[in-house]
This record gives sequence, structure tokens and C-alpha cells, in this order.
Amino acid sequence: MINVLFFAHLQEIVGNERLQLDIAPITVSRLKQYLQTEFNFGQIEQVMFAVNEEYATDDDVINPGDTVALIPPVSGG
Amino acid sequence: MDNKLFLITNKPLQLEEITNKVIRAEAGAVTTFVGTVREFTKGKRTLYLEYDAYVPMAEKKLAQIGEEILSKWPDAKTAISHRIGRLEISDIAVIIAVSTPHRRDAYEANEYAIERIKQIVPIWKKEHWEDGEMWIGDQLEQNQYPLGHPSKEDLQ
Repeated sequence: MINVLFFAHLQEIVGNERLQLDIAPITVSRLKQYLQTEFNFGQIEQVMFAVNEEYATDDDVINPGDTVALIPPVSGG
Repeated sequence: MDNKLFLITNKPLQLEEITNKVIRAEAGAVTTFVGTVREFTKGKRTLYLEYDAYVPMAEKKLAQIGEEILSKWPDAKTAISHRIGRLEISDIAVIIAVSTPHRRDAYEANEYAIERIKQIVPIWKKEHWEDGEMWIGDQLEQNQYPLGHPSKEDLQ
């Protein structure tokens, strides 16, 4: 299982702060496609993915037990 | 009172508390940046803001900014606190304090910190207006990622 965390407007689309998915091992790119099909986030290409609290690239592999976070463009400060 | 140099908190921020974290004998200058909630943006009136964050990662990224500052300005000490939750007009959202031996470095490093916060720290604000609400993404269209993601340089 992996934990997938959602923030800001993505959390409102999903209706949940987190999901547990039995989908690993999977690449970031494949997970992105899966979530996009599932939830239709719109501009998914603007959303960064973090794995275990570090920014990840499309080719990175997510393993069971990992925590993935979807990071839309940030607006702190 | 929280002694962490890099902090995300839902409590009001105190300027003196954060400044005190970087004051030390080697320093001759301390710059502080205080970001507050603005009422009007492009003519539109904000009633209040709501900030959300991926707290553990946001604190890590704030610490990373501190390390980047150290590599660019080796004598600098940085403390950053960002508030989350509901904030009213003029409430303080972020405080950055940087101390250095001489003033120029303190000014430069402080500005570097706020620019980096807007690039890499997972914090989001939701604007609440009289006629609606919206999570803000790319502020002023400045943070568009033409390649679909920030460059390696942005994230390192």
C-alpha cells in the first residue's frame, strides 16, 4: 500500500486528505496517469509529485510503504 | 515559544521571538521580512485567507532554504516561521529573520529566502472574497512551469 496525500484544490476534488492505494511499485508517471483518469484534475502537468517528502521526477519508482504527495503550484509567503 | 529555526504553525507569529533566534555575537545586522495579509489584490477585496501546508515537507524545505543561504552567504543565520489556518487582514503570514556580520548580506539573503519560499515550499493560500473563494496557484502568473514542472535548479 502507498499513502497518497492531497492538498488545496486537489483535496476538494478528491474529497479526502489521503487515499491508500494498493498499486506499488509504480512510477510517478504511471500514478499520475492513474489519478488523472480517476479524478480528472485538469492541469495535472502543473502538479509536482513528492515521494517521502522530496520532489520526485516522472521516472522515480514508488514502493510499498511510501508516502506520495501531490503538490500543486505553491502560494506561500 | 518554539525554538525551531524553521517552523510551520497555526499560532500568531511574534516578530521579536523569531528575531531572537538569529541574534548572536558574530552578527552586526539582522534583517526581518514580515509578510502580511493584504486586503486588496488587483482591485478585489479579500475578506480573509486560509493557508494550508504539507507541514513536515514544508519545514524541511524551509530548512533547505536556510542551507542554501549558508552556502551563498556563509556567515548567515536564518529563521523562518510561516503561519497556517485562517488569517485576517493584516495578520502576519510569514516572518524571515537573517543575521550576518554585515548588512548587505542580510538584505540579500532575506530576499532570496522569500523568493525561494514562493518556489519550493508546499504551502497554499485560499482567498475568500465577498463573492467566492479560490485556492491560489501561480501568483501573478509568475510560477508557471512551462516544462510542466520546476527546473532541477528550482528544486535542489
